[in-house]
Amino acid sequence: MDSLSGLALGFGNAFSLVNLAWALLGCFLGTAVGVLPGIGPALTIALLLPITFSVNATGAFILFCGVFYGAMYGGSTTSILLNTPGESGSIITALEGAKMARNGRAGPALATSAIGSFVAGTVGTLGIAFLGPVIVEWALVLGPAEYFTLMVLCFVTVSAVLGSSALRGLTSLFFGLLLGLVGIDLQTGQPRLTFGVPELLDGVNVVLVAVALFAVGEALYMAWHHHAGKQEVLEVGRLMLSKEDLKRSFWPWMRGAGLGFPFGVLPAGGTEMPTMLSYYAERKLVDPKYAPEFGTTGAIEGVAGPEAANNAAAAGILVPMLTLGIPTSATAAIMLSAFQSYGINPGPLLFTQQAELVWTLIASLFIANVMLVVLNLPLVGLWVRILKIPVPQLYAGILVFATIGTYGISNSVIDLVILYTLGVVAMFMRRFDFPVAPVVIGMILGPMAEQALRQALTISQGDWTVFVTRPGSAIILGLAVVALVGPKLYGAWSARRA
Amino acid sequence: MKPGAVPDLAVGLGVVVLGVLAAWLTWVIPVTPVYAVVGPKLVPAVIAAALVVLGLMLTAAALRGGWSADLPEVAEAGPPNLVALAWLGGGMVLNLVLIEPLGFSIAAAIQFVCTARAFGSASILRDAAIALAVSLAAFFLFVEALGVNIGAGLLEGAILRLLGQEVP
Repeated sequence: MDSLSGLALGFGNAFSLVNLAWALLGCFLGTAVGVLPGIGPALTIALLLPITFSVNATGAFILFCGVFYGAMYGGSTTSILLNTPGESGSIITALEGAKMARNGRAGPALATSAIGSFVAGTVGTLGIAFLGPVIVEWALVLGPAEYFTLMVLCFVTVSAVLGSSALRGLTSLFFGLLLGLVGIDLQTGQPRLTFGVPELLDGVNVVLVAVALFAVGEALYMAWHHHAGKQEVLEVGRLMLSKEDLKRSFWPWMRGAGLGFPFGVLPAGGTEMPTMLSYYAERKLVDPKYAPEFGTTGAIEGVAGPEAANNAAAAGILVPMLTLGIPTSATAAIMLSAFQSYGINPGPLLFTQQAELVWTLIASLFIANVMLVVLNLPLVGLWVRILKIPVPQLYAGILVFATIGTYGISNSVIDLVILYTLGVVAMFMRRFDFPVAPVVIGMILGPMAEQALRQALTISQGDWTVFVTRPGSAIILGLAVVALVGPKLYGAWSARRA
Repeated sequence: MKPGAVPDLAVGLGVVVLGVLAAWLTWVIPVTPVYAVVGPKLVPAVIAAALVVLGLMLTAAALRGGWSADLPEVAEAGPPNLVALAWLGGGMVLNLVLIEPLGFSIAAAIQFVCTARAFGSASILRDAAIALAVSLAAFFLFVEALGVNIGAGLLEGAILRLLGQEVP
């Protein structure tokens, strides 16, 4: 199906009352969790996974994607008004956004980030609609060998390239891969790493791991560092963009969207890198007249660009997830496990076998974008009120919901023990600067990579050279090696020159 | 060695121990009767080996002075708040112990009060009221809307009986 007829089909379905309701609910929840510090989209979608038992796949994914997009919008509100990023993609927004708010320009900062998010979200979603089918065409020729190397590339980029240390990122990744191994080996039927505990034969539940890493670990870490003191929510003021603000925001939006989307599509994942690049670009490209505003009173370009980059990257992340079945962020990894619980295998065949689902989802993303601008601009007062939930009750609520979500799946106290134990591990990971996203990605992608490895070697009759003799997989493997050792070599080379 | 690097050393050695544990767990995977090009042990063995190597590299990094003491987040943070951690941990343990005998809402409410106390809330009654409202709402959401049975305890059973419904 080509993109236009796909979109026509999708919009036809997405405008049903039920699907609109799912989109609205997702956007609302997503903005709320984006606003609240301490919870993000990965945790929220993990806690919502039980709905896959009783809601059809289309409704569930519209909800999940609404949460995913909504969190990107909501995060900026917290960054600007509280100077505490609500989620990782908004860290850069806090730099200029909070300074603008402190100088009485919170309104324009919120407006430029919401409209920028809308522009970039729409550009990004168009990107999904038109790039998706192209990638699918190309992906259909990939065999298990290419898939395996693609997953290896994804492992390398999410753990070793992003983040502050390749060593710690890889440690997180392998910890996740280890967790993913627990349970019965599907090919040979042997139990692995179960300690003889029958509850572990089915593997460690992904909800449990996500909740432990993102909620319990976070709460423990916050308690560890808790000291009395109140955070101040800055005043919003007037939400209008003046003509000058609009003129100054327009090109940063466009550049941000152009920068963010490709980063999301590449298996490099994450929204941190494009937002950072967009910030530096805007700082360089700003009209010299406004350049002194950067870092002092807050420059609107430094909010508009990164916010657009953030949302476009979020849209981009959905491309490899839907077309290749490869998640490049923790949230996408959890959405992938939702596909698995419906018995749907994301990958090139998704666009043909589940065309209706895919196109309805893409159409809903456009609708969600419109809903989110409305939710975020006129209703900003509501989110400010959510920001004022006191910290004790907020974290108590997060922990109780984490417990409900975990206990609700299995009614098992053993699961709660695992939840809290992993939560303590996650607390130490935070303290020692180990990223948690590679754990989730490793856990979900690991078993798929092992399966692809086995298929590739079965086809090649046990010949390990298949990964370097097939040109596709050789190129991808080469990229992975470059991504792994390239930065180190470059560092050594430039140190030697200096 | 810098004093700040001692915790990092513990982390490095901890990862080595995890790798060794993984290696042992790989060792005890039963030999498969089914022929497979890649048996059940290969991937676990690779992961175990990688964890040992990464752990050794982290240990080496710790011996060279460590990494975490220089993180701004760690350098700026005050001394660890052990009282808050104890309240939070206590709430978790109470929840684990009480969730089966008393049911989910009461256990969750106790955990909520303890957690809120950890972060400095002093109004126990108000917290308990919020907690009961939140956990009961969640319970009914699970049971009624999602059809997931999470086991009615004392309180949930009483309310279901009041409503004239069957207790699952």
